[in-house]
Amino acid sequence: MTKDEAFKKYIKKVYHLMVLLFALFVATAGVLVYYTINPSFFELKPEPRTVYTEPIEADEDRIENGIHVRTGLIDAEGLMLVVNNCTNCHSAKLVTQNRMTKERWNATIQWMQETQNLWDLGRNQEVIVNYLVTNYPPVSKGRRMALTDIDWYELEN
Amino acid sequence: MKRRDFVKKSTLSSFAALIGAELVFGSKMLEGYKPLALQDTDPYKLFKKNPNMVVLNDKPWNIEAKAHLLDDAITPNSSMFIRNNGLLPDNLDAESWTLTIDGESVAQEKTYTLQDLKSKFKHYTYQLVIECGGNGRAEFDPPAKGNQWTVGAVHCASWTGVRLRDVLKDAGIKNNAVYIGYHAVDKHLSLDPNKEPISRGCPMHKALQNETLLAFKMNGEAIPMVHGYPLRLVAGGWPASVSGKWINRISIRNQVHDGPKMTGSAYRVPCESVAPGEKVSDEDMCIIESMPVKSLITYPKSGAIIKTGNTLNIRGHAWAGELEVAKMDYSIDFGSTWHSCTVEKPANRLAWQHFAAAITFPKNGYYEVWARATDSNGVSQPMVLPGWNPKGYLNNACHRIAVKVK
Repeated sequence: MTKDEAFKKYIKKVYHLMVLLFALFVATAGVLVYYTINPSFFELKPEPRTVYTEPIEADEDRIENGIHVRTGLIDAEGLMLVVNNCTNCHSAKLVTQNRMTKERWNATIQWMQETQNLWDLGRNQEVIVNYLVTNYPPVSKGRRMALTDIDWYELEN
Repeated sequence: MKRRDFVKKSTLSSFAALIGAELVFGSKMLEGYKPLALQDTDPYKLFKKNPNMVVLNDKPWNIEAKAHLLDDAITPNSSMFIRNNGLLPDNLDAESWTLTIDGESVAQEKTYTLQDLKSKFKHYTYQLVIECGGNGRAEFDPPAKGNQWTVGAVHCASWTGVRLRDVLKDAGIKNNAVYIGYHAVDKHLSLDPNKEPISRGCPMHKALQNETLLAFKMNGEAIPMVHGYPLRLVAGGWPASVSGKWINRISIRNQVHDGPKMTGSAYRVPCESVAPGEKVSDEDMCIIESMPVKSLITYPKSGAIIKTGNTLNIRGHAWAGELEVAKMDYSIDFGSTWHSCTVEKPANRLAWQHFAAAITFPKNGYYEVWARATDSNGVSQPMVLPGWNPKGYLNNACHRIAVKVK
């Protein structure tokens, strides 16, 4: 081994040492920086997290206080026929807003069949229409009703 | 274990539990993104509406205002009613949006990008009353079919766009043109892709009016999605259904347009008046054009209790379809005597007009303040319901509020 070679080896060793020191320095700095940003990282146990899983609606046709919860329809004979035939395309709110006689419901069903892709209701139609006229009968309003549900409040001038 | 990953995974698994299915590629989901199935279905947040608006129907969405929510001179989005015949369209992209002018009576079928419309034609801004043909339906007896609107299916916003006339003329209108019919991208309730939920229009004379716009701005901003972004036809003074939303095609027709909700009994009233509840065949029903004279007391809210001797200042808006409101009166004795209100000129043709009055009451008690507008032809609002019609349109009976003096 020449003197030259020994010197080169020595330089290499010093170089490696320097690289190692530098790497350690960078790593420590990195850890410190991360610690300032996220101190909880160094807690040994991760805080216990409960994954809360909401049970999927067990009974989607639940009835509460005589009302079919999902649609708001009154629980009475023919309810599920109405739910299954009348709330696919539109909301039950469109049904319950409307107060019609048998004749006009039948005409409305025919209109839905002719223009809105409603299927043939067969013998169920009578049960459905009976449900509607029994539970959502037309209310007589005359030519002008009295004001109702007035929410009274003091008006300061 | 990286904490963030842990959190993300646990959130994903709880999402999955909620939806009842595994989220494939869930790990590639953007941070902070909520799967569509879990997005807000609260209509007030979704459409940025005042929490006192009333949801009449949630499929399709139909939401109305109350009189006191319409107090602004120019209606803000938060108080504008929502009327839909079908389901809201998805993936509305203004960048790639086009409008095609076609039909039997177009000289040359032509397609414009939204950018073409904006750069090629002059812009105009008008305040325009848009009222649902069925506003007030809830009062009809026997009840009429459809959403049971009370008083709040009306608004007057400021619309900016290009004149429909300029665009139609650019494409060329043949001499035999009779009507225009719009087409849009909303979806039919049955999800049948071959069905349009609604495709209405108006006669050429209305289409060619100065104020009939292809609008891309509402109250100075892009039109909200539910009100027709990115392009809406706006025809003030006519049933709101003429002002088609999400428009991508307008046909110049050589006949009265026959799209869905133009025919049958939709947006039609008996050509000759009928007794309440009378059956009317389709051929005896005529298309509604200009809306009738009407007004709303927007301040105070019904139910005000005032002190003896205090003056009650009322205000509101009045409109008259194609016409102007010439006179505005109020009564506190159920129409026995009428007193005049001040009424302003409209900001432009087809805008609503603001009225006001200062009322003193002779003694304590329960009162109703009734408001009655009269149009430029001398026609006034009725105090009772106007002529019954099978679909319950055009109820322009006087609006009233309850007041107590004590």
